[in-house]
Amino acid sequence: MTEIAFVLNNKKISVEAEGATRLLDILREDLGLTAVKEGCGEGECGACSVLKDGLLVNSCMVPIGTVAGCSIETLEGLRNSDEGRCIIDAFADSGAVQCGFCTPGMVMASIALLRVNAHPTIDEIKVGLSGNLCRCTGYDMIIKGVQLASERGEGIW
Amino acid sequence: MVKTFHPRTLEEALKIRKDEKAIPLAGGTDLMVRFRSWAGTQPDFPWPVMFINHLSEIRYIDIQPKEIRIGAGATLSEVEQCSEVPKVLRTAVSQMAAPALRNLGTVAGNICNASPAGDTISVLYALNARVELTSLHGARQISIMEFISGPGRKDLGDDEIMTAVMIPIESFTHTLYRKVGTRKANALSKLSFCGLAKIKAGRIDDIRLSFGAVGPTVVRSVETEKKLIGLSIEKLKELYSEIRPDYVAMVQPIDDQRSTAVYRKQVSLNLLDQYIESLTMES
Repeated sequence: MTEIAFVLNNKKISVEAEGATRLLDILREDLGLTAVKEGCGEGECGACSVLKDGLLVNSCMVPIGTVAGCSIETLEGLRNSDEGRCIIDAFADSGAVQCGFCTPGMVMASIALLRVNAHPTIDEIKVGLSGNLCRCTGYDMIIKGVQLASERGEGIW
Repeated sequence: MVKTFHPRTLEEALKIRKDEKAIPLAGGTDLMVRFRSWAGTQPDFPWPVMFINHLSEIRYIDIQPKEIRIGAGATLSEVEQCSEVPKVLRTAVSQMAAPALRNLGTVAGNICNASPAGDTISVLYALNARVELTSLHGARQISIMEFISGPGRKDLGDDEIMTAVMIPIESFTHTLYRKVGTRKANALSKLSFCGLAKIKAGRIDDIRLSFGAVGPTVVRSVETEKKLIGLSIEKLKELYSEIRPDYVAMVQPIDDQRSTAVYRKQVSLNLLDQYIESLTMES
């Protein structure tokens, strides 16, 4: 076990872990951040999406050893921010949430997209969310949710 | 319990590579999946693992007068967004997996995984890319076609780390890259095709044709390409039917969970025909 220090949702923390342990397991099991979901565990579904140094990544593919010194953001850290509230409300108003399992990952992917492209086209939204699977909505409402967040969220990203 | 290392410099990494035989892990997008274990447990790596993605010595894309050097730590997203990288490679990268995976994965990792379905590999074969392999004794460069010898098999010494991928800067008049997968995102290739050609004054100055996921390695034949180089477009129309059987013989796919041999072969040859036809039409 080694001590690994990183920034989690804007707070410095350190964990005792084996370097190969998945970031996903550290977040869920050790730190209790259960917005991060395990869907496929092989980088195909996006349910475990988090931001690593501002970039969207699948936490199931990230060994904790590569996180030393990095900044990690999860939905727990963003849900009360202007960005988080804007997307969550827009998703709710668009009917973008059904079973909800994919939603935390979808919100993280939406934030990652809107931060670099505040006014994405439908095609850009589809690319931005292309690594996130939803088996309920058929995606239309999620895409509408991102468009609504983009309209409402002028200047917050 | 797998031993992991977090070297601070490339030199330290090379030492660990030599002494511990640790496998370099840059993005982890292949290794973390290949050796994944039950949820909540560590991946079951059969060897020690060394993290290298943070090493600044390999985290670059350098544009030189004659070639582009992509450091082994540069992510697929960085390659996709670098306007100096050949468009055909950026196109291939943009169709790999999805943004979150491209933020982690690397071109060097895709090469070292040495899958015949590796999406950058068919393009890098066509681009005459070379790879740089570094050990404590220095660095050597070899062609990517020599580096990969079979599925997962590569010419990487147990004290070496791939440190860079070099792509010669050239221009082509006709480029085509096509990946055929089950869906647009997050799909491994059923097959891929890359065609590059330079046509000047109605004559083929250069042509390169490569096929992914239809053999134990990416398929490209410099010998067959030589039969095409120098031909006028008129001659190409005439002789293509004599040269095409070379590719019919070379493209030898297998059945697996992603596709069938029959489908892969037919579509590969269709793409070849379509590409050759595009050369004859525009000139």
